[in-house]
Amino acid sequence: MRRRRTIRIAAALLILSCAGSVFLLRLVDRLRENATLEETIYISSPRLLKHLSLGYEGLLADVYWTRAVQYFGEQHHNDSGEYKLLWPLLNITTQLDPHLVPAYEFGAAFLASRPPLGAGLPEQAIELVEYGIRNNPDDWHLYYDLGFVYYDLKDYAKASDAFERGSHVPNAHPFLRIMAAQTAQHGGETRTAQMLWTSVYETTHDPQIRDNAKSHLVSLTADLQCEELEQIVAAYRQRTGRNPSSFADLVRAGMLRGIPVDPTGTQYRLDDDGHVFVSQPADFPYSEKALPSGYVPRRR
Amino acid sequence: MPAIEILGLEKVYQVGFWRKKPKRALHPLSFVVEQGEIFGFLGPNGAGKTTTLKMLMGLVFPTGGSAKILGMDLDDPRMKAQIGFLPEQPYFYDYLTAHELLRYYGQLSGVNSKQLTARVDTVLEHVGLKDSAGVQLRKFSKGMLQRAGIAQAILHDPKVVFLDEPMSGLDPMGRREVRVLIEQLKNEGKTVFFSTHILSDAEALCDRVAILNQGRLRGVGAVEELTAGLRGQVEIVWAGTSVPPSLRSATCRIAGDTVRAVVPSDQQDNVIETLRREKLRLISVTPVRVSLEDYFMAQLSPDQPSAAAANGKAAQ
Amino acid sequence: MSSRIFHIAANTFREAVRDRVLYNLIAFALLLTGAAILVGQISIQIERLVVINLGLTAVALFGVVIAIFIGIGLVSKEIEKRTLYTVLSRPVARWEFIAGKFVGLSGTLVVNASCMAVGVFAALLYVSRQLHGSDAWVLVAIYFIVLQFLITTALALFFSSFSSPLLSAVFTFCLFIAGSFAEDLRGFVGLSHGLQHWMAVIAVYAIPNFSALNIINQVAHGNGVSGQLVFWNTAYALVYIVAVLSGAIVIFEYRNLK
Repeated sequence: MRRRRTIRIAAALLILSCAGSVFLLRLVDRLRENATLEETIYISSPRLLKHLSLGYEGLLADVYWTRAVQYFGEQHHNDSGEYKLLWPLLNITTQLDPHLVPAYEFGAAFLASRPPLGAGLPEQAIELVEYGIRNNPDDWHLYYDLGFVYYDLKDYAKASDAFERGSHVPNAHPFLRIMAAQTAQHGGETRTAQMLWTSVYETTHDPQIRDNAKSHLVSLTADLQCEELEQIVAAYRQRTGRNPSSFADLVRAGMLRGIPVDPTGTQYRLDDDGHVFVSQPADFPYSEKALPSGYVPRRR
Repeated sequence: MPAIEILGLEKVYQVGFWRKKPKRALHPLSFVVEQGEIFGFLGPNGAGKTTTLKMLMGLVFPTGGSAKILGMDLDDPRMKAQIGFLPEQPYFYDYLTAHELLRYYGQLSGVNSKQLTARVDTVLEHVGLKDSAGVQLRKFSKGMLQRAGIAQAILHDPKVVFLDEPMSGLDPMGRREVRVLIEQLKNEGKTVFFSTHILSDAEALCDRVAILNQGRLRGVGAVEELTAGLRGQVEIVWAGTSVPPSLRSATCRIAGDTVRAVVPSDQQDNVIETLRREKLRLISVTPVRVSLEDYFMAQLSPDQPSAAAANGKAAQ
Repeated sequence: MSSRIFHIAANTFREAVRDRVLYNLIAFALLLTGAAILVGQISIQIERLVVINLGLTAVALFGVVIAIFIGIGLVSKEIEKRTLYTVLSRPVARWEFIAGKFVGLSGTLVVNASCMAVGVFAALLYVSRQLHGSDAWVLVAIYFIVLQFLITTALALFFSSFSSPLLSAVFTFCLFIAGSFAEDLRGFVGLSHGLQHWMAVIAVYAIPNFSALNIINQVAHGNGVSGQLVFWNTAYALVYIVAVLSGAIVIFEYRNLK
């Protein structure tokens, strides 16, 4: 019957062309890999975008926010070490919607740090979060974020200041006051950093920020452990008059229960100068004390 | 070869969005239409006439049975080139003129492009629209639209013409014109299949009819054959107001100073004899004319399947 | 067979041209291009940018609206008003009807896009005093926009083959919006897991990728695209259209016409 034949041919055509379009779409995607994000450079004026969005700025802000997160994730995944578009994306996002608080948190976490860990734009990070505070003066999270940026830049006075400001906001989390004090008095100490990063880890909702906090904590733990181990080494030196040749010496001396391992489970190393460090420094991007002497982290 | 052959054609709709319930629009339908006859497809609204027509046109697909037109399947394009269809209350591309409309349909029907213009002009004249050929259809009256519809149905000189309620919405003059057109089509040797619920038209025009009610076929055959079962009565009128005792069992009606009685025709002579004996003055003896409408109303009551079946068999 | 498709297409084109909605929309688009000139004069040094951005966006948006409304009107209206009955009782296959409608509508949209393109170039000429070589890329951008029109028309026909005019318009418009944000949909694919992830993947391939066909920004800055991209984009658009129309044909073949 004619009709049945038509249906059969059309159905076959349907299946073939569906498969074809999937194949071709993948091809086209490969050809224009960085296309969309290039386009954000084209319209880098948030004001123009605001006008173009015809009143739907909120929606457009959400779109740019999504792109910012995706962009960062991609760059991070590819180990590219640079985040050139992060600032424009976050800037556009917050200009379109100043109340998009997660954007400020994200900016605070990833704009200030130096590459390959972040975009390396501390002034912009501060500018961004201050802008956020101006538009959302009653959100304690933003003062917290600001404090963090300063802390990362080792400006403990300003960090403490920011935490202090935040602690006066109604409904502020009680630890803001504690952190203000801690930063002011023990700014450079490892324990302070641990406390701060633990608070980030526990309070953030963003998975990438949480991962980042975890990475910090792991590095700090390694730092702390190395410090403790070096103290034990120093005690050994005092007792015996020389450095131990390996951890086994310390175990034999009853000063250690076993060969110590770092948070990733790998054994620590001990050099002739009594310095304890990790075997895989690349796993500890934020460590300072646990790195081998003379280690220069890979920079792009 | 019959013009139209319908064998057990049926349609059951699945109604509803989530849980589909079956709704029967047409019970298995079987009858035959011979070439060259005018065939009436009768029944009240909702009987299933339009459903049947749509299935024959391939607009709706039957859930059972089959049909052939001129011996060919319903989706055969060769068959479609030889049939014409006028739907009920047609609506056409109203931004086109009558001439453009017919040209378009002619092109679709495969009419030779050289002959197309001539043919369009002929047909427009045939249906009486020659003067309005250049007018956009949106300005046509109902009667003119109907005529345009018939024009597109006969444009390509089809062998079988299907008309769905061709007289609907027309004034008596319009209806007469359509009647004349249908008769002309028969004279040209075409088969005309039309559905209607106006019985007098069917009676006047049709060679044979089929009656449909509630999706069932209630009778098929020539008008005389169908009404035969109800025939065989005479009406006898006499002066006075008295009814002889022997006639009391008959259906009598006393109106003013006359009595009207309806009796079976084989009783006619007995009754006349009785009246003469009683010295009653006979006024008239008239055979009762059974119309199609009477037959129709009789068929519409649901408990008459045997009469229909018997008539149907007799007609085949 | 092909002559019937041609006749249906020609008739569709004629109907579209006589439909007043078309003219209103074209007038709007031209007005907007004119407005672009004015806006460009306010923001100095970026007149060209604004004219191209605003002008081409107007062409794209209005064209899609035309594609949707006329496309749906022409099929659903035919079914509703039963003009289709007299067509299908003729030796015209249902698939020929769909194909003919598509060709007719496409022709209408190409003509429409050409008119609006002339408007954009006129505005560009006015603003820049002369045309640069890079302005040729504007033609490519318009070509891509026309491909978007064709895809939208195919989608409108697809939805018209089984649903009401209003729903068809809504679905087609939603797909247009979703397709324009196709890149971000890919972002969701990257960020999601499990069932959500697979649903996003299906969506990415089912929804037409209009963002790949949108090079308005690049062209506004005087940049072009690779010839390869033009070729493969065209191939993708055509194959996608075939898929959508095949689907429409299959559905339409099964449909009982009320």
